[in-house]
Amino acid sequence: MIAIGTLLHVKQLSRSGLELTISLFIPIVQATLAVYLFRSGGESHRLLDAAVGAGMMGVWSSVLFGSGGAIQSQRWQGTLEMIMLAPRRPVLVLLPITLATALTGTYALLATLLWGRLLYGIRLDFVHPAAFVAAAPVVILSLGMFGLLLAATFVLLRNANALANTLEYPVWLVSGILVPITVLPTWTTPLAAALPTTWAARALREATAGGPVWPSVGICAGISLICLALGAFALTHVERRARAAATLALA
Amino acid sequence: MGDAIEAARLRRTYRSRTGFIRRRTTEIEAVRGVDLTVARGELFGLLGPNGAGKTTTIKLLNTLLIPTSGTARICGFDVERETREVRRRIGYVFGGDRGLYDRLSGLDNLRYFAELYGVPPRDQKRRIAELLDLVKLAGRERERVEGYSRGMRQRLHIARGLLHSPEVLFLDEPSIGVDPVAARELRRTVADLAATGTTVLLTTHYMAEADELCDRIAVIADGRIQALGTPAELRTHADGRRVVEIEAYGVPDDTVAGLQRLSGVREAAVEARGALQILTVQSDAGVDVQGEVLHALGGVRLGRVSTREPTLEDAYVAIVSGS
Repeated sequence: MIAIGTLLHVKQLSRSGLELTISLFIPIVQATLAVYLFRSGGESHRLLDAAVGAGMMGVWSSVLFGSGGAIQSQRWQGTLEMIMLAPRRPVLVLLPITLATALTGTYALLATLLWGRLLYGIRLDFVHPAAFVAAAPVVILSLGMFGLLLAATFVLLRNANALANTLEYPVWLVSGILVPITVLPTWTTPLAAALPTTWAARALREATAGGPVWPSVGICAGISLICLALGAFALTHVERRARAAATLALA
Repeated sequence: MGDAIEAARLRRTYRSRTGFIRRRTTEIEAVRGVDLTVARGELFGLLGPNGAGKTTTIKLLNTLLIPTSGTARICGFDVERETREVRRRIGYVFGGDRGLYDRLSGLDNLRYFAELYGVPPRDQKRRIAELLDLVKLAGRERERVEGYSRGMRQRLHIARGLLHSPEVLFLDEPSIGVDPVAARELRRTVADLAATGTTVLLTTHYMAEADELCDRIAVIADGRIQALGTPAELRTHADGRRVVEIEAYGVPDDTVAGLQRLSGVREAAVEARGALQILTVQSDAGVDVQGEVLHALGGVRLGRVSTREPTLEDAYVAIVSGS
């Protein structure tokens, strides 16, 4: 059920011309940002690392806005009531949607690598190419599970869109997606350690530039499973509250 | 085996808060103590004007809303506490063209909902093919829903609602915005479902639809059931009345109000059909009000004038107006 649901939601999301265009062309900006940042820092040898990091920014944006707004977008489409009427736990109904938003985020990752290669001549010399190919789907699906927690909590907030906007940049900064965590204030370290985005970015960076990939993948998956459990618990509460407050439908 | 639907003293109040500094809570009682039972295999109609509480009643029965008080059971299962058991046994179809994944094909929509609604994988292909045939979408199932007409979307909604062969089907104004031919086919489909044992609870604005399909009808207004019975029983609410129907153009509102004050007139209502208005005046059967009505309409361009026996619609107007 989760596999077919995810596949069909990926299909639905991938057929939006606007969203597809955004996810293919925003990476130009992100790739450019990353390349100039690293070149000016005298780290031209780490451009691939920068491109992967910039791609992860795209995945995070997709999860943050797609999963965070998952319930609201289903409500706007008029499908929320229909899916919540299914005789399933709410988590099983919504997880395919948040997984799909993470998977469609890979378009941004791939596009960033492509633009980096075409515009800036970045060579795709991965230290562990097989590990990169294996780890990328795991960390991306993990972020989809993290997305479920966002979906469940954002729906309780009246100004979730504003919160999503303010979370986008701080999270990729704190997670060390583009700049190393070591240059950030020490108080951010525990926060970074608790975020699955930190470990996802680290796993892909280690596959790109060298390092132990699998411990980071494992920690990312572990934190995401905790988020999934918390999200599942929150969704049960959210569903009952929505039935009591009559907020499943738009009207 | 008990009834398919049982509701007792069902109430639902909506609360909304306004204001930032001085918070104000507004309460609207949408359903104010509905009692009804629907037998298994029965086709039951719920009629009422806009805002009467029809959709709220359906949503209380199909688990989308929690009752403020009172109880409801579907096939013996409580809608508030045994939600999943209820959901396994019900289908829900509403009118309009929302509620589908527009960028997916009709087939993908059905595959997705078949998974969600727990149709076993080995049965999905056969069940989807059966339903596509039933709703006459076979051959168009691979097209994206965004290219479907309103009637096709409505038929896809019905197929979706039937995927898991529900024992009880809730149809909330399914024929709204559907052309007359498609509406007739839809009525035939609904009648066939009821004939094969599915319990159907239908809300509609179309009296002819309710008259043709329903075994029993409840008229709801102001959140309460005002009348309940077979279409023939409901018609008796207009017994002792006579109806004058007049085609007119541009009847002022104050003229309609004036007609209602005429001696012997029970109700006067205007229905717009494009530029044409149909003025319906119900009066006591023993009183001939036609002359006075035409006199009151002096200066208004009129078309055909006829007198007839009351219909279910007239009975409905009488019930709702008396509520």
